[in-house]
Amino acid sequence: MSPKIFASIAVVITGIVLLYGISDFPTFGDPRSPANSGVEGGALSSSLYYINESYGDTKVPNLVTSVLADYRGYDTMFETVVVLAAGMAIFAILRSTAKDDETVPGPARKSSIDGDHNRIIVGMTCRLAVPVVQIFALYVVAHGHYSPGGGFQGGVMLGASFILIALAGSLEDALGRFSERAYMTLASLGIFIYAGFGALPQVLGENFLDYGILQKIFLTDGPEMARSHSMLGVEIGVALTVMSIMFAMFANLSSRGTLKGGL
Amino acid sequence: MILSFDIIILIFLIVAAIIALNVKDLLSSAMIFGIYGFLICLLWAEMGAVDVAFTEATVGAGVSTVLFIATILNTRRRSSD
Repeated sequence: MSPKIFASIAVVITGIVLLYGISDFPTFGDPRSPANSGVEGGALSSSLYYINESYGDTKVPNLVTSVLADYRGYDTMFETVVVLAAGMAIFAILRSTAKDDETVPGPARKSSIDGDHNRIIVGMTCRLAVPVVQIFALYVVAHGHYSPGGGFQGGVMLGASFILIALAGSLEDALGRFSERAYMTLASLGIFIYAGFGALPQVLGENFLDYGILQKIFLTDGPEMARSHSMLGVEIGVALTVMSIMFAMFANLSSRGTLKGGL
Repeated sequence: MILSFDIIILIFLIVAAIIALNVKDLLSSAMIFGIYGFLICLLWAEMGAVDVAFTEATVGAGVSTVLFIATILNTRRRSSD
């Protein structure tokens, strides 16, 4: 009982400290707060710059995408690397390649939904749902400039569609469509695409992730459209990594690293 | 910012958090944690942070719940060492 009391005391103290910290925040929607007024201690704040100039700089209407993929490109790149590292950690801990593994949970399932009358409704429903999910995910990735979404959300949805195949059919079904070799390759390829879009401007004599100079490669009218196109490429890289890692996590967690049986 | 909507969501959030902590069954706890994630997603969408809400809906309410369940079903109550 006593550990619970200690934990409650710690939680209450943390809560009080957090609430005390909130008291310094401006209220929600306060026009005089630094984020909204554009003035921060006498100087112009960066948020006003993004609101006013980001469309002219990048020709991307969605402010969030242009900040994430261009102005704060380093941040997003290493966030993607963190996702890859998390997937690698799960892989390193769980994946077992033992030939005769007796810890496979439950009876082995048939690899196809056909002929299994208990699961045919669920299986067919998911078969119909998966293409819709994947096409919507591609739309989210490609349309991240203009509407909410982008590489991360679209990648998670693509990974979730493969997880749906594994849940409705069997893990072998999903691995048949997206094998271990494929997801490991795509996870690394996503980072490679992102870093490649960072390194290309360096080759052309600009800073890392400064896409404006890529107008020489994309043959666009000005550096703005080059930035816009590069952001799409970067989003595709993020989507590839996130999709692969999400599915790799599920495949390893649900089968205890054997990639057989599944849930 | 619709105040009554906010208050309803926040009340549900606190209820979901307390239930997720107190329920004995880990599987139910994971499901209620998914509900918690979805409520936070609603709150963010209502505050205008649509990108964050989208991420929370896909990651917090969607995939992480599935990963929790996959982990819970493959673990036992007591260790075998």
